[in-house]
Amino acid sequence: MNRIREFFGTFLLFELLKGMAITGRHLFHRKITVQFPDEKTPQSPRFRGLHALRRYPNGEERCIACKLCEAVCPALAITIESEARADGTRRTTRYDIDLTKCIFCGFCEESCPVDSIVETRIFEYHGERRGDLVYTKEMLLAIGDRYEEQIAKDRADDAAYR
Amino acid sequence: MEFFSNLFGPTWPLVWTLAKIVAIVLPIMGCVAYLTLAERKVIGFMQVRLGPNRVTFFGIRWLGGLAQPIADALKLLTKEIIIPSGANKVLFLMAPVLSLMPALAAWAVIPFDPELVLANVDAGLLYVMAITSMGVYGVIIAGWASNSKYAFLGCLRSAAQIVSYEIAMGFALVGVLMMSHSLNLVEIVKQQQGGLGALSWNFIPLFPMFIVYLISGVAETNRAPFDVAEGESEIVAGFHVEYSGMAFAVFFLAEYANMILVSTLTAVMFLGGWLSPVPFLPDGFPWLVGKVGFVLFLFLWFRATFPRYRYDQIMRLGWKVFIPVTLVWLMVIGGWMQTPYWPWK
Amino acid sequence: MSFQLAVFYAFALILVFAALRVITARNPVHASLFLVLAFVTAAGLWMLLEAEFLAITLVLVYVGAVMVLFLFVVMMLDINIDRIREGYWEYLVPALVVAGTMLAEMTLLLVGRSLRLEGMPAPAAKAETYSNTKELGRLIYTQYVYAFEIASVILLVAIVAAIALTMRRRKDSKYQDPARQVVVRRADRVRIVAMKSEKPAAPAAPASEQAAP
Repeated sequence: MNRIREFFGTFLLFELLKGMAITGRHLFHRKITVQFPDEKTPQSPRFRGLHALRRYPNGEERCIACKLCEAVCPALAITIESEARADGTRRTTRYDIDLTKCIFCGFCEESCPVDSIVETRIFEYHGERRGDLVYTKEMLLAIGDRYEEQIAKDRADDAAYR
Repeated sequence: MEFFSNLFGPTWPLVWTLAKIVAIVLPIMGCVAYLTLAERKVIGFMQVRLGPNRVTFFGIRWLGGLAQPIADALKLLTKEIIIPSGANKVLFLMAPVLSLMPALAAWAVIPFDPELVLANVDAGLLYVMAITSMGVYGVIIAGWASNSKYAFLGCLRSAAQIVSYEIAMGFALVGVLMMSHSLNLVEIVKQQQGGLGALSWNFIPLFPMFIVYLISGVAETNRAPFDVAEGESEIVAGFHVEYSGMAFAVFFLAEYANMILVSTLTAVMFLGGWLSPVPFLPDGFPWLVGKVGFVLFLFLWFRATFPRYRYDQIMRLGWKVFIPVTLVWLMVIGGWMQTPYWPWK
Repeated sequence: MSFQLAVFYAFALILVFAALRVITARNPVHASLFLVLAFVTAAGLWMLLEAEFLAITLVLVYVGAVMVLFLFVVMMLDINIDRIREGYWEYLVPALVVAGTMLAEMTLLLVGRSLRLEGMPAPAAKAETYSNTKELGRLIYTQYVYAFEIASVILLVAIVAAIALTMRRRKDSKYQDPARQVVVRRADRVRIVAMKSEKPAAPAAPASEQAAP
């Protein structure tokens, strides 16, 4: 009896019709597409996007060239060279991040003792030529200056959970 | 009309036929272009997405997506056609033409209206079967001439599949022949004209054959879930891996033109062609368009719903299920027609 | 009439060329594609003779199915042209005998006294409503019904014999049976058992560790 029922079940394409009913129903569902340049999905304060180098409120750059980020970077994307400045402090002369190597793990941010290197919420950037995605110290500092407000707010929001 | 026939003199019949052919082929090409958009839209909607909606005409917002096929065509036209170094050049370039040609040539005998048919020949059904059976050569030659493993595997799969399903398709059409006593497609439609509207169409007495024909049609056109010839998960893109630019686009056109052709044939042979489904509405060409559109929607619906068949399952379905089913139903119909309890005439 | 004649000569030329290429082409795939061309042109010629059923069946059966399988096989062969050339002189004599016989037969048919071409005039033009297909069907199922049925039985026997000869079931080959796979239900494969969650057992006492070193 069971076999006969199964036979007719397959022959009358019952399961196929059930599948088609599901797709047919979804034809009229509300669409969940986010139309990207016009609409955007919400981001977390912990979002890990483009890097930036921050400054203290008095304008002094935070980075002290400890090279912890360079050491921890699993993709070897960071290159740092440093020298003593005229006032005797150690500062970087070169701070490059190769974003084509970077995997956006956020280890550099975690390792930084002075909260200098951070990852911002920016993810819509591009390069048109080879080498455009190697960001230098000046570029990273410029990003930091431009988005300092947002960066500071994100750190403050996340501080309670650290 | 008089003026033109004087202008061209003895070549007038040739010119007039050519004009009629163009009048059929151009709208089909337009339908093919917009069928690609419809496919992306329908599948997108079934997957709770929106589908293409960015390319518009003249920046008019609510036309979003409508210009997509034109943009695609322009892109493909301007791309380079790369011929692989080990390929057989002549056959490589001939294959796309061979696959598109039958899809268009078969339209010669399709009736759009009792009068509107390019060639009202008596052996119309046979002609359609012969022409569509030649479509497989495009695929086979493409696969062989590309000199590539993937293309070759794709072409072998497709050849075996199409030849197998043609048999079941042929048997399904024998049922139609028994109903209509004619090979002429116009006659086949006219025979389905009963007093009952949709109830007198062929798909009711021949229901199993209608289903077999529909599914074989999906298999014949290498559409999902029978698209192992392309099988992008295992053989990249099957027979057309090596094609690019317009040569690829012609394969694409052929696939969609074949879809429209199979849908039209289904509509003509099982769904009563231009006949109206209810007796009080007039018959006419719009009904045919509606039926073809419905069958095409089924094609897209299948693609959005079913995962791809495994190859041995395809073969089993064709040989061990469809052919016995059609044969048994032929017997049933044949016996039933001899009894006085035959409701269709 | 002149138009039909022109079509006939064009088709005949293509047919002869294609037939010649079938036997002269080096590449077997090219040869079989030329054979396809020959079939299609021959179908065109039959169409000129108003034998539309035969013409279309030629395309449907030979071009649409038989040649596809032919190509299927030929494409998969790994053909070494030198090896084929080896037996050329050996086969030459029988080949010449066969070809000579065929030539003689055709000559007899075309120019012989008893069977000359004039003996078979062109068929009279048929009426508009004449259906080639219907007439053929009627003849096959009335006058030639025994011949037809016997031919089909012979073909059936050939199919059965071919399958019986080639089908060997190896004992050690492992294959899937899709017919059995599709009838499998969830209950055949999975059993869901209701169980209470368990606490992990207490760690073993250190004393037992010492007892069994």
